[in-house]
Amino acid sequence: MSEALLRVDGLDLYYGDAQALDGVSLEIAAGEIVAIVGANGAGKSSLIRAIHGIERPARGTVRFDGTDITGWPSHRVCEAGIGHVAEGRQVFPNLTVLENLEMGATPRRARAAERQTLERVLEMFPRLAERRRQAAGTLSGGEQQMLAIGRCLMGQPRLIMFDEPSLGLAPTIVQEVFRIVRRLNEEGLTILLVEQNVMASLKIAHRGYVLENGRIGLSGAGGELLANDRVRQAYLGL
Amino acid sequence: MTSDFLLSLAQAVTKGLLTGMVYGLMALGLSVIFGVMRVVNFAHGEIMVVGMYLAWMGFEYLQVSPMLSLPVIAALFFVAGYALQSTLISPFIGRPEHQQFLLLLAVAILLVNGCLAIAGPDSRSVQMDSQFDSYELGPLVFDAVRLHAALAAVAIAGLLWLFFTRTRTGKSIRAAADNNMGALVVGLDVRRLYAFTFGVGAACVGAAGALMITIIPVTPFLAAEYTLLAFVIVIVGGLGSMTGALMGGLLIGVSEAVAGLLLQPSLKSMVSFGILILVLLLRPQGLFGKSGT
Ligand SMILES: Nc1ncnc2c1ncn2[C@@H]1O[C@H](COP(=O)(O)OP(=O)(O)OP(=O)(O)O)[C@@H](O)[C@H]1O
Ligand SMILES: [Mg+2]
Repeated sequence: MSEALLRVDGLDLYYGDAQALDGVSLEIAAGEIVAIVGANGAGKSSLIRAIHGIERPARGTVRFDGTDITGWPSHRVCEAGIGHVAEGRQVFPNLTVLENLEMGATPRRARAAERQTLERVLEMFPRLAERRRQAAGTLSGGEQQMLAIGRCLMGQPRLIMFDEPSLGLAPTIVQEVFRIVRRLNEEGLTILLVEQNVMASLKIAHRGYVLENGRIGLSGAGGELLANDRVRQAYLGL
Repeated sequence: MTSDFLLSLAQAVTKGLLTGMVYGLMALGLSVIFGVMRVVNFAHGEIMVVGMYLAWMGFEYLQVSPMLSLPVIAALFFVAGYALQSTLISPFIGRPEHQQFLLLLAVAILLVNGCLAIAGPDSRSVQMDSQFDSYELGPLVFDAVRLHAALAAVAIAGLLWLFFTRTRTGKSIRAAADNNMGALVVGLDVRRLYAFTFGVGAACVGAAGALMITIIPVTPFLAAEYTLLAFVIVIVGGLGSMTGALMGGLLIGVSEAVAGLLLQPSLKSMVSFGILILVLLLRPQGLFGKSGT
């Protein structure tokens, strides 16, 4: 494999004395969908936040597109081209849908084409277009998830890290979310997908990692992991 | 007799409304800072008194009207507020409230004693040419200086509203206030926005000081009173609500003026505190506050 788009090496993260990540290494090549699966509390969100610079890792490095971005503040990481659709959606409830989207275009890099991106996003999510002047806090859970995704696209990232985008959504909306992830990937975006929906995410992923208690336990192609006995027992209940 | 009384009541209400607009601008500064970063600025009245002194000095030594020195004072206070937040206060964000309280109390004490050392304890006032001008509307008489101060306060509040709803930085500040994690996720530089917010809050209260000196003489001891007054207004209006701060300012302005007429001028704060207690009992989130936040 040529130089990965994202490469994480030996990442350790602590909250006080409690260790959340222990020597996590992984890589994602441009154009891939890579899934990270693991039980509640395994450290999936911590990993994403550490890559993003929202948490400070104690050891290890994060390289994006050949640049060492370890320890960069989160706004610089966004500027570098990493997008984040966070756990719990994290929309701005008192801002309108349009204002939320505008906030997505915070990276300067994304400003020049902001109007065109907005048009594309509203076309992709017609529900958001209908509700553009509505406060984001009044949207349904599914609509808020679409808004979180649209807002992330406004920053024109090259890599998007999704943290449980289907959590708490109705089955039809869950399917919709996975369709969107796949479509974005087909349009050339690289994707890191954290999901509790192990079956669906490993199915669309090129490769996957299993995170257990802050450590990478297994890794392999999506299909391989789906066929693995340990994965089937622990995460699929088969 | 009754018509005389009604006229003086209407006159007091008018005066209270005009003063209340300047109060509202002062309280707006406190409200913006609290609403965005949950820092209670215990040095608020002190910052305003410094603004009053600067406007007084500009008038006394450079013969510049406070209305003209206002933009300069506001700009200076913006820079000072920005610097104060990014150096001193920033490490205290998210720490227990009593630590923030001690820090800002220290700032307050420094500022008051600075004023005392430089300008002395005597009361200082600005005697402008328009001091005794007035406008008449039917039987009502408006002091020119008070009317000008009120109009300027409203104009500044309007600019602030435009800033928060029309500019990217303003919207970013509202976003960071709304959801801190969301702000980090989209790549907002939250520390810079906080510094900007403190700058905006300080500029508001500095501008309010420049207006206030045209209607009230200043002494260093006014500072603590104004800090308290700003708190009363913001709590009555609803913490973190811009409309609340402005309306609270009007309400307290009017209540002070009417209390001065019906009771005694020295009892005016008692009435303000009475209103505060009533609001806390009946509508603890404040008149324009959202419950549960
Ligand atoms: N801000 C925090 N402060 C302290 N401990 C934390 C914090 N965030 C996470 N943790 C702890 O770190 C560990 C990993 O949490 P994390 O949220 O990363 O797991 P996760 O895999 O995303 O779980 P879930 O599937 O429930 O979202 C957990 O033990 C959690 O309690
Ligand atoms: Mg998580």
